[in-house]
Amino acid sequence: MRRVVVTGLGLVTPLGADVETVWKNLLAGKSGAGLITKFDTSDQKCKIACEVKPADHEYGFDAGKRVDHKIQRQVDPFIVFGIDAAGQALEDAGLADMDDDLKMRTGCSIGSGIGGLPGIESESIVLHEKGPGRVSPHFVHGRLINLISGQVSIKYGLMGPNHAVVTACSTGAHSIGDAARMIKDGDADVMLAGGAESTINPLGVAGFAQARALNCSYNDRPEEASRPYDKDRDGFVMGEGAGVVVLEEYEHAKARGAKIYAEVVGYGLSGDAYHVTAPHPEGKGAELAMRMAMRKAGMEPGDIDYVNAHGTSTMADTIELAAVKRVLGDDLSGASMSSTKSAIGHLLGGAGAVETIFCILAIRDQIVPPTLNLHNPDEGTEGVDLVPLKARQRRVRAALNNSFGFGGTNASVIVKAIED
Amino acid sequence: MSDTADRVKKIVVEHLGVEADKVTEEASFIDDLGADSLDIVELVMAFEEEFGVEIPDDAAEKISTVSDAIKYIDENKG
Repeated sequence: MRRVVVTGLGLVTPLGADVETVWKNLLAGKSGAGLITKFDTSDQKCKIACEVKPADHEYGFDAGKRVDHKIQRQVDPFIVFGIDAAGQALEDAGLADMDDDLKMRTGCSIGSGIGGLPGIESESIVLHEKGPGRVSPHFVHGRLINLISGQVSIKYGLMGPNHAVVTACSTGAHSIGDAARMIKDGDADVMLAGGAESTINPLGVAGFAQARALNCSYNDRPEEASRPYDKDRDGFVMGEGAGVVVLEEYEHAKARGAKIYAEVVGYGLSGDAYHVTAPHPEGKGAELAMRMAMRKAGMEPGDIDYVNAHGTSTMADTIELAAVKRVLGDDLSGASMSSTKSAIGHLLGGAGAVETIFCILAIRDQIVPPTLNLHNPDEGTEGVDLVPLKARQRRVRAALNNSFGFGGTNASVIVKAIED
Repeated sequence: MSDTADRVKKIVVEHLGVEADKVTEEASFIDDLGADSLDIVELVMAFEEEFGVEIPDDAAEKISTVSDAIKYIDENKG
């Protein structure tokens, strides 16, 4: 059977625009949250978010590093983030320059939950105020979700499968799981896989606030707003950015002497079949996805050392925790489970990919990132190590990432230290 | 250099992300400046906005160099 390993990583997040900076800031317990700077929020209920910082910031993002000026002008920011993260991952894997044969065996599976909402918003205003003749000719392909995969394939000449998942906040995890299957199935030897999002714009913030999903009660203390499992949690804080990994068939990676971070051993998917925004109150869908991933990985509950939770800082946190308890049983007491959304916010379609990268780095460095702002754990969290406030060194052989999305779509991905 | 030429070149530099010294009057948008057909549609829209002229599709199709654009604008602006 073909095995799939991770040989490259790329991140653009509110805590930095390269993998090592993000990881260092995350482990140091920094928060990426602040007042929204992108637009005037005076008439918005929610005034805070975790924004990717500008290029002149200590750990800001310089779009010009990997994305042509012309493309930056034509496309929405989620595509810019995605192209950059994909470039980082390829460079990290030593694959920025491939021969033609490998290009035909290399594909892209980089999705987004929402896509180009800021551009849809602004171009709607152009249509309304100036008429159809002023709508940009780049409007459509600058907003489409599959245009990260499209742009990346054009930039690097990748002619393998070109795919883009759209499953709301499960997108990043599904993208990695689906891409791993394509490699297992022999459709490709190398896949760029991940997700990106950038919807911190008036329509995006208002929409999530109206859906009663966003935190609107910590506007005066943004860094304390994302507090998964805490009794005083009150909705998620929106993040933005991208996470992309290079997945590679194991023998192919070994043959070229690639640095191997981890193996993708488990992938589970399910639907809640319950409600458009609320999770099933008993977490049945989440449980199904985790159990499927465990079965595919051939793992026992005691094999999982770290769970990077979906944990959005909403009421759903404890539903997920109850499902994890059922899946891991007594072995949960030996594992750690944290929500890094406490630090970088909820990257929506990017979340599952960014968080799977955190799982991989936890395995590499044998350390688990913290759940910030967890001062008063909610009922039901007793006996579970939620890694409050501070990162912790510990043994991490395998880690599970959970991602759940609107529509009741669930994905779990398990990564594991490589073994021959 | 005319005022029109200066303003046209500025728009071209901004939209296509090319070095200003490459935007000569003889330069072809597609062959020399890396534009594609959609970039030209966008450039024509930007010229219309900047100069308050209407450039109908049949006229736009004939604009292939920087000087074509300058000439059309000078002949048609109000």
